[in-house]
This record gives sequence, structure tokens and C-alpha cells, in this order.
Amino acid sequence: MAKSQVSMKVNGKAVEALVEPRTLLIYFLRDELRLTGPHIGCETSHCGACTVDLDGKSVKSCTVFAVQANGADIRTIEGMANPDGTLHALQEGFREMHGLQCGFCTPGMITRAYRLLQENKNPSEEEIRYGISGNLCRCTGYQNIVKAIQYAAAKINGVPFQEAAE
Amino acid sequence: MIPGAFAYHRPTSVKDAVGLLARLGDESRVLAGGHSLIPLMKLRLAAPANLVDLAGIAELKGIRADGNDVVIGAMTTQHELIGSDLLAGKVPILRETSEQVADPQVRYLGTLGGNVSGGDPANDMPALMMCLNATYHIAGKSGERRVAARQFYQGTFVTALGSGDVLTAVRIPVPPAGHGYAYEKLKRKIGDFATAAAAVVLTMSGGKVASCSIGLTNVAATPLWAEAAAKILVGSTLDTATVKKAVAAAEAITAPASDARGPAAYRTKMAGVMLARALGRAKARARG
Repeated sequence: MAKSQVSMKVNGKAVEALVEPRTLLIYFLRDELRLTGPHIGCETSHCGACTVDLDGKSVKSCTVFAVQANGADIRTIEGMANPDGTLHALQEGFREMHGLQCGFCTPGMITRAYRLLQENKNPSEEEIRYGISGNLCRCTGYQNIVKAIQYAAAKINGVPFQEAAE
Repeated sequence: MIPGAFAYHRPTSVKDAVGLLARLGDESRVLAGGHSLIPLMKLRLAAPANLVDLAGIAELKGIRADGNDVVIGAMTTQHELIGSDLLAGKVPILRETSEQVADPQVRYLGTLGGNVSGGDPANDMPALMMCLNATYHIAGKSGERRVAARQFYQGTFVTALGSGDVLTAVRIPVPPAGHGYAYEKLKRKIGDFATAAAAVVLTMSGGKVASCSIGLTNVAATPLWAEAAAKILVGSTLDTATVKKAVAAAEAITAPASDARGPAAYRTKMAGVMLARALGRAKARARG
């Protein structure tokens, strides 16, 4: 089958490639661009481990063809740190609040939480839980992921983080 | 999971899309948000030789008021439905239902047109469209036509849409001001398809039901419009005895499969429970 030319911006860098139309975006990112931060978990649109930010939307890159992303602006976990190399507030939050154990879901969680905080600067716990409902974690029970996102929101908003009493 | 090979087409107008589909024939499929079709392709349950992506067609986007209707472009996403103030004011049950479709990532890409046109009775929007008496605008080889949602669904994955057709827009008559509404969905977990769900839109006058429409999700081979059940309620105060009769009438038209979501008898009963809950919430929201 004829290949298609695609060009897109990934983590700020222009990328051009020839892809088979059936190539899923997750494979393009991992196998062609060697960006192995986005993970392949379920591969059936459920787990969210493959989540990337695409033109201001959180998407499951296992359910998008690379050709559909032609012209898009994509950000993966590899593009999340600050330009000076320090951790993004979300990355810091996940470290400080123990928002991960095995870490497999973390790139998807952080990428999704990034868009959530872009749309809602100060989400309630309920809004966070609803907002990350497309991302599964089998280790943490989510409690510390919610705290990590609250930590990041507080840091971005320049207010002290207050951990809720349990 | 690697889908079968296909050629990718990205027309920029409905006319070009219809022309492409006519030229490519039965081996082609329309691609909207992709969140029904791509999973099927990954499982090789669908293996079209050609995909005609509608994402580049600007005229398929957007939400507008047109007289007493709202017209929603087929490529409008669930995320955009939720964010629309126009819809929140005129047809608020759309937001309530969209918020229960799948999960955030799916809603960013999943479209209204894709949701209603595939003929999957597990999708939430088809029963809602029947409840609202929506009309689908369809472009095909022989021009444009309109089909009522209530006439559209013929069987599981079988609809009035032909292979060369493109669903371009959904037209919804705006329910009267002060109407009550609710979409009640029972699901095993967030993001799941419904075990059973019920959509209700009603109006009240002097404490009695003046009009009522009911749609049921995922309890038959097609989405269901529960016309007889709704008729029983008109003129009542939604008293317990009448609601019980209407619930029985709704349950009577269901024919769910026994599957991982439960045995058929359970799902039928849950359709009744969802309907009773939706009626209660719709009444509480209605004025008049």
C-alpha cells in the first residue's frame, strides 16, 4: 500500500516521515521517533497509558492513525519538563506525593493531567477524578495521583499546597 | 494490534467525500473520530480497503440555531457538545448524556455523527436522538435526504445509511422552555457502555405530564423509542401506580442480550429502574 507523507510538530520539533496509513500514532511515536514515554498498555482504548496531547486535546494514541495527525502539534511526556530541564510541576507533584509505584501509567497520567489543568486551573478532587477517568492505574488506588495533581495545580497557581486530611 | 492495510483519503468537502465513496465502492468506509471504527479495524472485524476521513471538511463542524431547531455538524465532538453554551441552554440533556459517554480522551475525538451513524445500540446518543425526535441529514449519490432518528435504526450495525452515504448533520427540535429531562445510565465502571440506560424529556402543566418522550439504550438490537410507555404517562402526575405501568410497558419492548453486563432479565429490569429514576429527575427539573 502506498505510503503517505506526514509532517507534524512533536515536542516542539518539526518531524517529517513516510508512513503506512494503517500505522497507529503510538507506533509512529515509539518505533519511528523512538519516543518510548507513551506506553502501550491495553491497546484497546481503555487504559490511557498511550495518552499524548494533540492540538490541545488529550488523545489515546493507540486509537489514532499517524496520518490523522498530519499537521498536528503533539506533546508527549518527553516534552513535559521545563526548558531549563527542571521538572514540570506535575512531574514534581508525582515525585513528591508518591503518585506512582510501578510507573507504567505515569506518562499517560501526567500528559492527561497537563491538559486537565490547562482547561481547569483549580479542579476539585471530584473534577480531577472525573478528568483522569480515561487513565487506569493498577498500583496506587489513585489517592496519591489525585494529590500529585493537586500539588501541581497549587504550584502552578502559586499557592501553598495543603494536603487534605484523610 | 495492526489493522489491515488501506488507502487513506482526506477530502475537503462533502461533495468530494460523496464522490470518492461512489468511485471507491463498497470497500470503503467513512472515518469520523475513529473511536468505534479503529478498534474494530484493530480486531480485523472491519478491514476496509479505503478510509475516507471527514476531518478535513469544515462544513461538518459546528453547532447553530436554526429557527426552532439546533443543527449540529456530524463531526462535532462529544467534548464540543459538552462545552457548548448554546446546547446547554436549549437542549441540556445533550451535555448530561455526553458527559457519560466513554472517557475524556474518547470524548475529545469521538463525534456525534460517528456515535449515531454506526448503528451500535450500545452507544448513548442514538436512543437520545430518538427521544428528542432528531432528524439526520444525509448526503449520498442521489443528493441530500433527511431521515428521522426514529426511522433510522434497522438492526445492530444496520441503519438507513447506504454505503455511499455521509451523515452530515443532526437536526434537533428544541424542547419547550421549562421542560424536564434526564439521562440515567447504569454502567459497571466509568467509560463503560450501558448495562441499560434511559433518556427522558417531558413537559408538565398544572402538575400533570403534558408531553413525554422516552429512549432506551443497549437493551435491544437497536436503540428503542418507548412510545407506548410515554403515552401512559401523559395526563398523570407521575404517581407511583402510573409510573409502574409505564415501566412495565418499556420493559416489554426490550430484548437485551445476556452478556458480561448481566443476564437479559436483569438488563430488562435495569432499563425499568433507569426509566423510573429518569422520570423522577425530569419531573423535578420541569417547570409547570
